Amino acid sequence: MKDKIRNPLYELTVSRIKESVREPEMLFWVFVFPILLAVALGIAFREKPADTLRIAVEESAGAGRISKLLSARSDIEPIILDYREANEQLRKGKVDLIIGIDDSTGTGQTGDLPGSLVFTYDETRSNSKMAHMASRDAIELGLGRKDTVSIRDNRVETSGSRYIDFLIPGLIGMNLMGSGMWGVGFAVVLARTRKLLKRLAATPMRRSHYMLGFMLSRMIFLIPEVAMLVVLGWLIFRVEVFGSVLDLVVVSILGSLTFAGLGLLVAARTRTLEGASGWMNFIMMPMYVLSGSFFSYERFPEFSLPIIRALPLTALNDALRAVMNDGRPLYSIWLELSVMTIWLILTFMVSLKIFRWQ
Amino acid sequence: MEIVKEEISGRRTTSGAAAVRCIGVRKYFQSVHAVDGIDREVRTGDCFGLLGPNGAGKTTLVEVLEGLTRADRGIVELLGYRWGSGNDRKFRDRIAVQLQETQLADKLTVEETLRLFRSFFSRGRSVDEVIRLGELEEKRKERVYRLSGGTKQRLALACALVSDPELLFLDEPTTGLDPQARARVWDVVEGFKLSGGTVMLTTHYMEEAARLCDRVAIMDHGKFLAIGTPSELVASLGAREIIEFRILGEFDAWVLQGLPGVKTVEGKNEGYVMKVVSIDNTLPALLAAVEKRNARLHHLVTRQATLEDVFMSMTGGKLSDEG
Repeated sequence: MKDKIRNPLYELTVSRIKESVREPEMLFWVFVFPILLAVALGIAFREKPADTLRIAVEESAGAGRISKLLSARSDIEPIILDYREANEQLRKGKVDLIIGIDDSTGTGQTGDLPGSLVFTYDETRSNSKMAHMASRDAIELGLGRKDTVSIRDNRVETSGSRYIDFLIPGLIGMNLMGSGMWGVGFAVVLARTRKLLKRLAATPMRRSHYMLGFMLSRMIFLIPEVAMLVVLGWLIFRVEVFGSVLDLVVVSILGSLTFAGLGLLVAARTRTLEGASGWMNFIMMPMYVLSGSFFSYERFPEFSLPIIRALPLTALNDALRAVMNDGRPLYSIWLELSVMTIWLILTFMVSLKIFRWQ
Repeated sequence: MEIVKEEISGRRTTSGAAAVRCIGVRKYFQSVHAVDGIDREVRTGDCFGLLGPNGAGKTTLVEVLEGLTRADRGIVELLGYRWGSGNDRKFRDRIAVQLQETQLADKLTVEETLRLFRSFFSRGRSVDEVIRLGELEEKRKERVYRLSGGTKQRLALACALVSDPELLFLDEPTTGLDPQARARVWDVVEGFKLSGGTVMLTTHYMEEAARLCDRVAIMDHGKFLAIGTPSELVASLGAREIIEFRILGEFDAWVLQGLPGVKTVEGKNEGYVMKVVSIDNTLPALLAAVEKRNARLHHLVTRQATLEDVFMSMTGGKLSDEG
């Protein structure tokens, strides 16, 4: 007979996968949205052939001369602007530095320039500081400074160190968090509001099977989720996986389960979809910011780093980067793997304990 | 019905023992006495109906019986088993429930839903068989959200029958359905009854209780007001027939009470409801009395007494808007 009775865990997992696949919105958020995000960020932060410094020269008698001196360097793009426009563009970050001429000092001290120079810039911007040094260098060289030290440039290309290389693992981590938490949490709360949980509780179904079904379906789902970003990263941006693919799979599975567990915990007692979505955001928002998906968390103050590293998304991002960017083996990231495992076990056990079936 | 014939030879051999036994069951929610001291046995093979308005405590009582809600007090025994006294999960193999307002997973098909439910039970029917029982053959591959209300209810029922239970709980299985869809659900329940299963049914439809139930308890404010077969309950009114009418013109209502065979007279919507032993006796007398006083009868209706009349005489309320 064709309708064989299968193991309930198998049926729960398969049902869960079918439900997910049949939800077009879900497919958009899990598959299309991260691609759009990766492409947008990848383009916004793509490596320019060496950052060009845009320097505004304030309109005045000597402006043309200064502009010419600056042009000697290929990494400087000078532009002559009036005072107001120059300041406006500095504020917007379109130029990194404004060079003005203070003609009250008269000629003489500054070569053949009509006065001393005034550099206007924002000290907290690294590009501004670079612009400052480069401009000074260009102008002084142009006016006859002699270098005393001989330097030979030895340029190497470091792969895996571009922003997009950093970004792709971060996006994978973020995606696993989002789909794990929403995928599980929302489905559970929905089933509760629809009294489906109560109905299931009235059957001999094992409670742990219900939750494991979510976990397993997540495990299967994450394969296309991760693969898509990895493949796309390689096709569009040539982001390489330096470590073993198997290690990447292990890290992804663990990460995905960790967030499924967290989603389960959020949904364990929540009665409404609004409540669940509030909790989800409450938990995910800090991790979006702190866990280094888009930029390195090392920029946060020293004392906060241990806390940040204990967050599940930080552990996942670090582990993904270790495998993808640095090609490190699994044993070298035991700490990150342990952090995730502890989260997984804790959330699963607590969820099972406090779960509300009605 | 074909299904029934196969079932009758089945294994249900339990003797006249109680399928459900409640002793002093009580459940309060803060100050609401949802279930307020229920003592009752339901015999194996019976269909026992809980009839009452919304908020009467039917659902709470049923959920206590189903082991989904803990009673504050009292003893509940199903098929000789008490909740919490052994392996509750395993015991659930023997009973089945259909809850009020459960919405099954939208995106699964009828067949997938049934296969999922079947997998939870260690014994039971094949999916094909319950599809036939629930008359769901045509909807087999249809996703749940596309089903009509009636089909959804039959699917919910099929999910309950998938384990081939000994005891079936149905909580308002036909609320909100049109008469035709309702009748199809009844067919399925009757099939289960004929196969020897015990049913606990809550409803606020008279017709449903009268058609399906061997015994009915009228419930309000957490208590049973009366218990009996539908015909016993109607007979307990002491009057099997009802005359409803309005009178135009001058008329003293006390005259009605004196007419032959009249048990009670109630005013209702500017008219009267008289419970009488026999319409044949009372109606000519009523007509004569009206004529004598130069009044005129208006909107005359005569009918058999129903459970609703029983309910109204007990609670002074109406069972449901539609009832």
